[in-house]
Amino acid sequence: MTVTTTDASSGTASRRTPLVRTAPRLRSARRRPEAGRPRRSVLLTVLTALVLLYSLVPLLWLVISATKTQEGLSRSSGLWFDGDFALWDNITQTFTYHDGVFTRWLLNTVLYVVVGAGGATFLAVLGGYALAKFAFPGRRAVFAVVIGAVAVPGTALAVPTFLMFSNLGLTNTPWAVIIPSLISPFGLYLMWVFAGEAIPVELLEAARMDGASELRVFFQVALPLLAPGIVTVSLFTMVATWNNYFLPLIMIKDPDWYPLTLGLNSWNAQAATAGGQPVFHLVITGSLITIVPLIAAFLLLQKYWQSGLAAGSVKE
Amino acid sequence: MTTLHPPAAAAPQPAPPPTRRDRRSWAGWGFLAPFVIVFALVFLAPIAYSLYLSLFRDRLIGGTTFVGLDNYAAALQDENFWASLGRVSLFLCVQVPVMLGIALLVALALDSGRLYGKSFFRISIFLPYAVPAVVATLMWGFMYGTRFGLVGDIDDAFGLSLPDPLSPGLVLASIGNIVTWEFVGYNMLIFYSALRVIPQSLYEAAEIDGAGQIRVITAIKLPAIRGALVIATIFSVIGSFQLFNEPSVLQKLAPNAITTDYTPNFYTYSLSFSGQQQNYSATVALVMGVITMVIAYVVQLRGMRKGA
Repeated sequence: MTVTTTDASSGTASRRTPLVRTAPRLRSARRRPEAGRPRRSVLLTVLTALVLLYSLVPLLWLVISATKTQEGLSRSSGLWFDGDFALWDNITQTFTYHDGVFTRWLLNTVLYVVVGAGGATFLAVLGGYALAKFAFPGRRAVFAVVIGAVAVPGTALAVPTFLMFSNLGLTNTPWAVIIPSLISPFGLYLMWVFAGEAIPVELLEAARMDGASELRVFFQVALPLLAPGIVTVSLFTMVATWNNYFLPLIMIKDPDWYPLTLGLNSWNAQAATAGGQPVFHLVITGSLITIVPLIAAFLLLQKYWQSGLAAGSVKE
Repeated sequence: MTTLHPPAAAAPQPAPPPTRRDRRSWAGWGFLAPFVIVFALVFLAPIAYSLYLSLFRDRLIGGTTFVGLDNYAAALQDENFWASLGRVSLFLCVQVPVMLGIALLVALALDSGRLYGKSFFRISIFLPYAVPAVVATLMWGFMYGTRFGLVGDIDDAFGLSLPDPLSPGLVLASIGNIVTWEFVGYNMLIFYSALRVIPQSLYEAAEIDGAGQIRVITAIKLPAIRGALVIATIFSVIGSFQLFNEPSVLQKLAPNAITTDYTPNFYTYSLSFSGQQQNYSATVALVMGVITMVIAYVVQLRGMRKGA
């Protein structure tokens, strides 16, 4: 993993040498001189490892439990494997149970994420760029309203949004989940901060002097510089959409349009009702399949989102 | 000073605005317009519609009638509402300090440079954030259970009989544990990012003064990341008041412990989707929204004033 020495800590320094910013900022820059580095402490490492265990043991439990059959789950200890290793069988069953409805839920989730989170990122990038790089009347008012709205509980909006969408005939369709997902106030804020730092005004002015249209300036000059910020915002909007439960819960009644979260919950509920077929092993395996893509995305893209997140907190 | 601004307090200072304002002011609106239009549709319109709904009441006989502020009066006297608000307030007072405290300690430990395997710690503790609330709750719910969970294992292994985490007396603490697990790493990362950008010169000055580790933390690090602390608190307050997913999913596993008016959000949800009382539900939601905003605002004022 590359660690650049781009100075992430000082906005003023980089404003003087704006071209440093054209390289994507990877990881957080080493701030401390190597010589003055304090000695490592075993005690502190052990104490922090307790929190690490707390974070990882449930995930370990999930992985181990996904290898067990329905009977094996109740027979064996939670943190060790049962005699039969049924992971592959469980995965096959998860995807084929009820005519493969899990596959449908997975595809629905992908649809909601691609269109919803993708759209949210696009709107946040456009809006953040406008707020950071243009002076126009009402700019501050827009920001105040958007940020004020963050404090409004999402569920306070859910009921009226449901009634509105119901009048428009949108409930029980993918649009009911996608349209509200398109707004990410946090994403807008992050892109504003990021665009303010990452795009030198001189570069925009130079492109305009050359006669480039505003759209062209945005796509060819600004967009490449915004890449780390875009990765960060897409990851966080993706998590929000992938993990969304409340919104689809009220909007979607038809199981064919369920995302994974609702589907898993319905399998769990089915096991809890009298006479329902208990499919806890499928709930557990389905849960594992649900979290793997997100964890993979976070691990693979960590150098981008960590620098993007750091930029969000670097404001002077 | 380098801090993470609470968005509501101070809009960040963007780079110096372009000097010419004529044609470009419209270009700025052009870029912002898509966001603003969708925002109006999914945020402003529902709030306005909520306000409108809250002024009416739907009766079996006589249909929908205008009742003025009657719904608000009813909400303020509604015992179920106050009980649910009390529950999330208790949750807020216990879970949020515990979660933010652990997150802060881990962030300080990471920043101290004294850990072995720092990046492994950072990414691993953050990972639960990527787990959907539904999956986290199902997972913990199973582990809480005696049937194939960990509580049963511990009982067997040590010959104990631990209290049932899903019993009415303990279920709120169990929910608190799930939420802490989900968000400790996220908050840790916010604090850590803020700690990383403290200017080196401050530490050098402290070293010359002969300040110890604890002194450096209390005199330099904590004041420098106050903005991050405040913003994390505000987000946690909002999150606590909005508590819904965890109790809603856990209800299937603990039907006796969790009622359909367990949290204010759960209550509004039940009112409008099981009770068909949409007008009253909108009112309760609005009252809850106002309470949330007021408390978030108070946290922000207090947090920003201290010693600033």
